[in-house]
Amino acid sequence: MRPFNLDHAATLPAALAAARPVAGARVPPTAAPAQFIAGGTQMLDLMKLDTMQPATLVDINALSAAHGRIEAKSDGLHLGALVRMSEAEAHPDILRDYPVIAQTLQMAASPQIRNMASLGGNVLQRTRCCYFRDPGWAQCNKREPGSGCAALDGVNRKHAVLGVSDQCIAAYSGDFAQALVALGAEVQTAGPNGVRTIAFEKLHTASDNPHTETVLAPGELITGFRVPSGPWTRRSAYVKIRDRESYAYGLATAAVALDIQGGVVREARIGLGAVSYRPWRSHEAEAALRGKPLTEDTANATARAAFAGAKPRQDNAYLIDLGRRTLARALLQASRLEA
Amino acid sequence: MSDITEPQIMPQGAPPSAAKPAMGAATSRVDGRLKVTGAARYASDLYGGANPAHAYLATSTIARGRITRLNEADARKVPGVLDILTFRNVGDRIKPGKIFSQKGYMGSSIAPLASDRIQHGGQIVAMVVAETFEAAREAAHRLQIEYAAETPSATFDSPGLESISAEASSREGEQPGEEKPKVGDAAAALAAAPVTIDQRYETPIQHHNPIELFTTACAWTDGKLTVWEPSQNMYGFQNGLAEQLGMAAADIRVISPYVGGGFGSRGSLTQRTALVALAAQRLRRPVRLETTRDQGFTIATYRAETRHRVRLGAGTDGKLQALIHEGWEVSSRPDNYKVGGTDATTRLYACPNVDSEVTIVHADRNTPGFMRSPPEVPYMFALESAMDELAVALKMDPIELRRVNDTMHEPIKGLPYTSRTLMPCFDAAAKAFGWSGRDAQPGSMRDGEWMVGWGCATSLYPTNMGPATARVVLTPQGTVKVQTAGHEIGTGITTVLALMAVSGLGVDIAKVTVEVGDSALPPAPVAGGSNSTASIATVVAQACEQIRGRIAGAAVAAENGPFHGMDPAGLVLVDGTLRASSGASEPLEAAMSRTAGGAIEAYAENIPHGVPEGALKKLYLGQGTLMGGAKLKDRMQFAFGAQFVEVRVNARTREIRVPRLVGAYAAGRIVNPKAAKSQLMGGQIWGVSAALHEATEIDRRAARYTNNDLAEYLIPVNADVQEVTTILLPEQDTQVNELGIKGIGELGNVGLNAAVANAVFHATGVRVRELPIRLEKLLEA
Ligand SMILES: Cc1cc2nc3c(=O)[nH]c(=O)nc-3n(C[C@H](O)[C@H](O)[C@H](O)COP(=O)(O)OP(=O)(O)OC[C@H]3O[C@@H](n4cnc5c(N)ncnc54)[C@H](O)[C@@H]3O)c2cc1C
Ligand code: SF4
Repeated sequence: MRPFNLDHAATLPAALAAARPVAGARVPPTAAPAQFIAGGTQMLDLMKLDTMQPATLVDINALSAAHGRIEAKSDGLHLGALVRMSEAEAHPDILRDYPVIAQTLQMAASPQIRNMASLGGNVLQRTRCCYFRDPGWAQCNKREPGSGCAALDGVNRKHAVLGVSDQCIAAYSGDFAQALVALGAEVQTAGPNGVRTIAFEKLHTASDNPHTETVLAPGELITGFRVPSGPWTRRSAYVKIRDRESYAYGLATAAVALDIQGGVVREARIGLGAVSYRPWRSHEAEAALRGKPLTEDTANATARAAFAGAKPRQDNAYLIDLGRRTLARALLQASRLEA
Repeated sequence: MSDITEPQIMPQGAPPSAAKPAMGAATSRVDGRLKVTGAARYASDLYGGANPAHAYLATSTIARGRITRLNEADARKVPGVLDILTFRNVGDRIKPGKIFSQKGYMGSSIAPLASDRIQHGGQIVAMVVAETFEAAREAAHRLQIEYAAETPSATFDSPGLESISAEASSREGEQPGEEKPKVGDAAAALAAAPVTIDQRYETPIQHHNPIELFTTACAWTDGKLTVWEPSQNMYGFQNGLAEQLGMAAADIRVISPYVGGGFGSRGSLTQRTALVALAAQRLRRPVRLETTRDQGFTIATYRAETRHRVRLGAGTDGKLQALIHEGWEVSSRPDNYKVGGTDATTRLYACPNVDSEVTIVHADRNTPGFMRSPPEVPYMFALESAMDELAVALKMDPIELRRVNDTMHEPIKGLPYTSRTLMPCFDAAAKAFGWSGRDAQPGSMRDGEWMVGWGCATSLYPTNMGPATARVVLTPQGTVKVQTAGHEIGTGITTVLALMAVSGLGVDIAKVTVEVGDSALPPAPVAGGSNSTASIATVVAQACEQIRGRIAGAAVAAENGPFHGMDPAGLVLVDGTLRASSGASEPLEAAMSRTAGGAIEAYAENIPHGVPEGALKKLYLGQGTLMGGAKLKDRMQFAFGAQFVEVRVNARTREIRVPRLVGAYAAGRIVNPKAAKSQLMGGQIWGVSAALHEATEIDRRAARYTNNDLAEYLIPVNADVQEVTTILLPEQDTQVNELGIKGIGELGNVGLNAAVANAVFHATGVRVRELPIRLEKLLEA
């Protein structure tokens, strides 16, 4: 860990000013000298490992009055970026109307971490790839652009099979983002160039340029998320398969939401986690299921469609099979729910 | 069969005298309150005197090669940096030392800062000392180190490995133990056997990961060194460090009052300790080193990966006719470390033809070491999996297979077991588990979306004992001090020793103080091999007996006293009085008034059966001599148990969960059933961990570990542990030692990994022979 300045921002303009990038500097937000800190559960971890070396931390926790609320309205759900994971997972409206969101949070990390961790920080969590986290490895395109990827032929049992490239096969291991991507959420931001709204599916960028992880500009702050309502949100579920029962990242996860009318799937929303490079909405799988009854056979066919483009390496080929089974299980589980 | 009664909760630290704690009564820990309130001071809490400087390690990012450039300029610029130790200023100032199993004290003979050479990944390459921990860490991150890397050999199947048979490696000075148990003609018997099994098994690298990190603090005063470090081997650390630093052991004191987990990782000295001592000497100031979780994976020992080939031949009646167990174990380049579990696996069952071989495979790794049940965990996984496969091939119940091969004499030399309660353990555990409801057909038991499997396996652990010493002081007021350089690694030795004083001197447990964890106390053996209770309780009992003898001797001699002329051997100390069987009694204070002086102090030394005479002198030099198990010339000393497991495997996604564990154990006299139950239960849970979770991953190209934190090195969490039943069977062994005590520290986790694998086979029909058992191994089923 290196010495750093800690800046407590009392207001949104103060936070943006404190994190304002140096004019002309061209770095991705994760490498910017000023970094926001919310719960700090990841930021401090990566600083202690010397993986991240920010010169300034801008503490945004004081913004929670304005950006830390949960509002459920008929047209959708608003989640402030500074809502703690533990708050959202127990919110009665979310539990009733968006069970998949509550479940992704309940199954993440530990209660202690969820009490600290914010939703904004959660979606920006970085990969668990060991070659990325430990700067003692020379090769990692995500950490050192152009250095190569040590995971391609290294230990890669938990690396991704969807959305990968020969630049990077790291898995995005967050859970909450799979619910957001499946439900077609939007991200609200404020930055040096004003406020904007981004489709959540477009927040994270592709693996061909692993050093850049999101479309956010340096100094751009996530203020909240909007999840549109829809006839599918109540019949939704999250299945997370992991090596142990609790407090573990997923090996394969599936967030699904279903609109079933008259025994036929009118609309399916499918997010696939841990097996993918970024929060992954499987439009192929959704299309494969649309207009069909949900049976063991259609669930399996949907799962095959979801992984049609999967690219395995040495130790993670099993994730294709496991990912399919996980998705089929989630679909069948959700189909049994009341709408 | 006696299930352990539910322990009552004691309101305060020491239990009230009404509860009558005594040897054999379930007793709350005397240090329990200190521990749960955070008042217990661990070595890591003790800062090494006032105003210590703080040290931080830098470790190598290659596993083999040389340092070609080490630029300290940037690091030196960090404000507060006081000193940087590297191979340039350490060199031969510290002697490397031999490893523990070769009559040395060290975990590894690789001396990290002796030269520019790198011999394993994560080797210490520098130690930065600064005014604060933060400055030391920052400076360590700012060191610029370049290497000339050579291709390392990481593990089995890597190019460039070298092998040596354990037999050939065994040279003068290694611990006793037979390298190659063999009897009859196993190959011929195997060829002739009607039913045979020939399979290979594999166990992974595992790390102890004690919660208390590998810290060290050192302070010098007038040429004398005090070391605060979590340790399972006080005198070993003291003497080993003296050898490394070229000074007298008497000038070193090692302090480790409580240990936040040992599991074997603190039995041998690591190379860090001497570095901290040297830094404190150079700075003339106490220095405190705190290492990180990931550094703990490379600067200390670990359980090495092993491979096995087990061949079994049996008659159609299930009786073994041939057993061949071959093992391969990874070690470092310089050290022939091995656990060699064939000592036990070749002697467990009746079998006329036995052969075995252990091979050490040298790779570019640090030297491995002991980890809870070092030989038994990997070797019994192989044997007990093979036994289950044999039961399947014979269409025989696995318990019955053990029964037809049960024996009171080991097969190699025909030596008798001092006691063996294996089949009663199986029967008791089977009954508690409900084994009779098992359908033997794999995949036949189902609960909704879960495939259910039941499995079992044998556990055993050698009953070891070493020479030990203790001092006991009794005052007329009935307060007792027990002093011995034993180790409170969480197993409850302090409570056990307090109970010995209670039983021997008839005092209230609240009046007993037990001092352990300090090399200034009389020496005790390493806390390893589950010997502590047997070794130290025995010698404390002897010291108490000396005291009782002196009081009784004076009492029978006193003409005006109530005991005049009686046989002193018949007098006992109980409830604060001296008593005769006739009913005559006298308060302790009155009885003690006849002995010269105020308090009575007794020092006792004990040499157990089979241990050579010179062993006590060696003990004072930090050299233990553990004897027992299969090492004795005249008999076999083992404790036994039976492990039962229920697993559930999701029929679709194949994750494996363990809702139920039942274990039954017989281990001689149990001094504190409450602590014993906890210890065995912890072992059962660890057994599940070893079967399903724990494995250190290694990058085969770099020979470096990749999952070196507790988020990626998995152990079970509460949600993984549901019903655990621990049954203790009564067992009387009049031979092992005077008190009939067998060690139980490492009995609980042995064989459990096989029981889980056997249950997974029963649930799914898939036999997994490489641990850990992970869901991808079951996806094809
Ligand atoms: C042991 C462990 C286990 C875990 N297991 C899981 C798991 O199973 N599933 C799971 O999903 N997660 C898991 N996590 C990750 C955890 O959920 C994240 O660390 C947490 O959500 C991050 O939130 P935070 O507020 O603490 O973020 P911080 O650490 O404060 O910040 C994280 C990153 O986000 C940036 N940031 C924070 N807020 C904003 C904002 N409003 N706008 C712009 N940038 C921002 C920071 O600059 C930083 O780069 C685990 C973490 C740990 C340590
Ligand atoms: S997978 Fe990505 S994060 Fe991991 S080493 Fe390769 S480039 Fe780095």
